[in-house]
Amino acid sequence: MSSFKRTWTEQQLENIVGNLLRVGVMLAAVVVFGGGVLYLIRHGAISPDYRVFHGEPADLRSVSSIVTDALALQSRGIIQLGLLLLVATPIARVAFSLFAFAQQRDRTYLIVTLVVFTLLLYSLLGGYL
Amino acid sequence: MNILEFSALIWLGSLVAGLLGALTGLGGGALLVPFLTLVFKVDMRYAIGASLISVIATSSGAAAAYVKEGFTNMRVGMFLEIATTLGALLGAFLAARIPTSAIAIIFGLVLLHSAYLSSRPLPERLDNDQPDPLATRLRMNSTYPSPHGLQAYYVHAVPRGFGIMGLAGALSGLLGIGSGAVKVLAMDQAMRIPFKVSTTTSNFMIGVTAAASAGVYLNRGYIDPGLSMPVMLGVLLGSLLGARLLVRAQTRLLRIIFSAVIVVLAIQMIYHGVTGRL
Repeated sequence: MSSFKRTWTEQQLENIVGNLLRVGVMLAAVVVFGGGVLYLIRHGAISPDYRVFHGEPADLRSVSSIVTDALALQSRGIIQLGLLLLVATPIARVAFSLFAFAQQRDRTYLIVTLVVFTLLLYSLLGGYL
Repeated sequence: MNILEFSALIWLGSLVAGLLGALTGLGGGALLVPFLTLVFKVDMRYAIGASLISVIATSSGAAAAYVKEGFTNMRVGMFLEIATTLGALLGAFLAARIPTSAIAIIFGLVLLHSAYLSSRPLPERLDNDQPDPLATRLRMNSTYPSPHGLQAYYVHAVPRGFGIMGLAGALSGLLGIGSGAVKVLAMDQAMRIPFKVSTTTSNFMIGVTAAASAGVYLNRGYIDPGLSMPVMLGVLLGSLLGARLLVRAQTRLLRIIFSAVIVVLAIQMIYHGVTGRL
């Protein structure tokens, strides 16, 4: 029953995945917090308006324009970049699994992971359904 | 109320939602959307966007710890993620085409169902008969750490689990929740995977499932940075605190209280949905 054996490399794999997820979440939280402080200093005195749905402006909807906004130190852009890092964390985990299954020469799971990875990228970059 | 006060209150409420979600193991998403829409009158779409983001934060944070402990079955998770990501894309697609009042009613019904699931005692099964040949071919059978050393287990009913996972993904994409209860149902009940493996693998999958619909939500302008910021930071801190407290807390009593709160919120969501106020 070789399938029941937990090899050393598998243990190592679990450690890398665990660290990847932790670092991703922490990094995202730091960026969101930084942007949040800036946002509250700049816009804290205005009254919020979330009762009616307007949708976000175009520059907060796509990956490239969010990065542009964040680099221009716009507070909402920085928060959105942090949220984007958060969304990217599980995607990075899938990308790493892709690499790991390729190294293990596990064709079945390489295809499985590739399907999931493609769906995630389609959602984030392809956008409109 | 200005943005500073609004953000502080939202942060505090999200912290409590994250704390309760972690202590009861039901996740904070179920409380967040009703809290934002009913208490703060936030539009359903902004609320779902912010909730979805926070779900990624909590599940990835918790998964980081569980993966290292060796409970998570990464093969099962990876395979079933095909179903949940497809479902999540479908759910996000439907979310733009269904009126928010209908989404509120579905939300309420899903809440009622998860309250029912969590109040039911879990039967401990020790049967370990023949595995599903498909599970064997996909090398899903594995082991998990127990007090008596590594315990082997078989995985059953892969196609049925796959189907239920598709539904879990669709609910996650439509409602902005992790739908961990349905994921655990698929693995624990249908595929007969040990409970601890089911819950940790579910947690592992929630991040990827939510990320699949988060992309669509972001492109559609549902994710507002000003609202998502206090929600994400609050839920994340709350769930980290909850995980620390978990060892000492009276989880049984908490689950009963949490279930009661969920039932009240569910009825409110359905009522507001029916009267068209959400």
